[in-house]
Amino acid sequence: MSSPTEGRTLTYGEAVFEATQAEMRRDPKVFVMGQGVDDARGMFGTTLGLQKEFGPERNFDVPLAEDAMTGIGIGAALMGMRPIQVHQRMDFVLLCMNQIVNMAAKMSYMFSGAHHVPMVIRAIIGRSWGQGAQHSQAFHSYFMHIPGLRVVAPTTPHDAKGCLITAIRDNNPVIMIEHRMLHNVKGVVPTESYEIPYGKARVLSPGKDITIVGISHMALECVRAKHLLEAANIDAEVIDPVSLSPLDAETIAKSVERTGRLLVVDTGWLSCGASSEILSEVFERIGARRPFVAKRLGYLPTPCPTTKILENLYYPSPQSIAEAAYQLTRGADAPVWKAGKVDSNEVAEFRGPF
Amino acid sequence: MEERTNNPAARLYRSMYLIRRVEEEIIRLYPTDKIKSPVHLSIGQEAVSAAVCDHLEPTDILFGTYRGHALYLAKGGNVPRMMAELYGKVDGCARGKAGSMHLVDPSVGMMGTSAVVATGISNAVGAALALKMQKSKAIVVCFFGEGSTDEGAWHESMNFASLKKLPILFVCENNFFAIYSHVKDRLAGPGLQARSEAYGIPAEHVEDHEPMKLHERAGAALAAVRRGEGPRFIECMTYRWRDHVGPTEDRIHKYRPDAELDAKIENDNLKIVGSLLPDELRKLIEAEEEKRIADAIAFAEASTFPEDREIYDHVFAN
Repeated sequence: MSSPTEGRTLTYGEAVFEATQAEMRRDPKVFVMGQGVDDARGMFGTTLGLQKEFGPERNFDVPLAEDAMTGIGIGAALMGMRPIQVHQRMDFVLLCMNQIVNMAAKMSYMFSGAHHVPMVIRAIIGRSWGQGAQHSQAFHSYFMHIPGLRVVAPTTPHDAKGCLITAIRDNNPVIMIEHRMLHNVKGVVPTESYEIPYGKARVLSPGKDITIVGISHMALECVRAKHLLEAANIDAEVIDPVSLSPLDAETIAKSVERTGRLLVVDTGWLSCGASSEILSEVFERIGARRPFVAKRLGYLPTPCPTTKILENLYYPSPQSIAEAAYQLTRGADAPVWKAGKVDSNEVAEFRGPF
Repeated sequence: MEERTNNPAARLYRSMYLIRRVEEEIIRLYPTDKIKSPVHLSIGQEAVSAAVCDHLEPTDILFGTYRGHALYLAKGGNVPRMMAELYGKVDGCARGKAGSMHLVDPSVGMMGTSAVVATGISNAVGAALALKMQKSKAIVVCFFGEGSTDEGAWHESMNFASLKKLPILFVCENNFFAIYSHVKDRLAGPGLQARSEAYGIPAEHVEDHEPMKLHERAGAALAAVRRGEGPRFIECMTYRWRDHVGPTEDRIHKYRPDAELDAKIENDNLKIVGSLLPDELRKLIEAEEEKRIADAIAFAEASTFPEDREIYDHVFAN
């Protein structure tokens, strides 16, 4: 998959807004519901102004009732509407799990196509500035586990717009993961509408020595790690899966077939996680004919600590990613190599409040 | 035919007789193991579905639960396709993927039933929201047992329906038991009517063995919903004659007095409604429904099982 490198730039948040606005103009069945989608902050700007343009029937605040509100979205979708539900923190999506798993994901199958659920759930993952254990969790792997759900985790503003448009037009329930650290990141975004297909990974930067897969915000950190690795003469290929379910394991496997090395960096925990799934899928495809070394990085196996000094240890960083990639490439017996320093501006500059 | 006449008792009797006899046939067939699906029978509770659904149009939307045979039949669901579904055959209403607990017939507004208690309630409210957004004349009716009202989902759904003045009738079938757990061991406070009123939803309570009163009260509540007056709630007292799941009686579990069940069976709502009809009309209805049922079973027997490849169909919509 390629994307334009020149043209108008938008932030990720602006791209999400533009996709929403364009689809609401195109299709009167599309509406946005969620706690705070009509308030002055406008969901970090992603819904700001929608109520003014489309009225309170198509952009409305909801009671603090995640379970029923998810079911209400599903019920509206069953009747042909196309709801977009927004959660400021993915942690709260746990309150929606019954409806998402038992109803949204089952309707088409259980009733042999008599029903479908065209619904989008936008789930925002928090990080930094003291988000702590309950405002920072990433549960994309939970949804990847469930047949009948699609899961997308776009990293760039370009893909955020295209993935959301695809999700809104899809007749199936889609979970769109947005990392809070990405909302202010800028990138080239065409003004016209376009769809990003499911199951197509994006090679963010080609290379020949090691394949690094970065999920959501971690894809940015992996690109930074690639630059750090240049000092050690290691040429890393960075891949952003974009779509987690369905997953484009083929593109990743082909890369690993060339490089013989795979590092998967998740914005989440490792155990039973997206990184486990990616590694397994690649191994099943090429393991018998192409031996390769592999490692996974992600959140430490702890709840997220609030204090910055510990939080810094909790997340993979460009340095830790680069050093892990170095060790995979040069072997465990190679002399220790310390990566240089690089700022992750969107993390360093983030002042919240959430 | 009495269906469009001014004889609601005849319409109710037809509906209740169909439900009773379909389920008796399920009991008869169950030992053959041709119905490989848990069944939650409505015998004893037929009057609620029949009385409420008599007021509905095919365009009205209905949500219900795994104890859904009565609803499906009362809403005009296709009987042969229901039987084929219970048999797991391709001519079933969901090609065998649903079974007894997930009956569906969108052509008559039967939206499909859920086996996870209370999960369909918010879907029903969402459907009502959609109808309001679409400026439709149709309305939604949502059936659930009193056990569902233990769940937070019911409270959240009632609140939102009232908040948005949605066109929905909530019908609670209070049969006293969630499996074998009595409502008095689960429900605090002054009861479901008061709880509903606390959400700003006008509510009423109808005792068992008053099928024609229930018919009248349901009609009044539905008329208010159709006038755009917002949601209504009816608590319908009723009684489950059979086990929570499966075709048999459950006296061996000793969770309710035999005399209580015997009194309910003695005071059968089907007989109460039947007694309102001339013998000749009642027998005509019975003969016609017996033919439908026999035809439906023959249809299910003759249908085939799905092919292996169908297992992958409809995981996603096109």
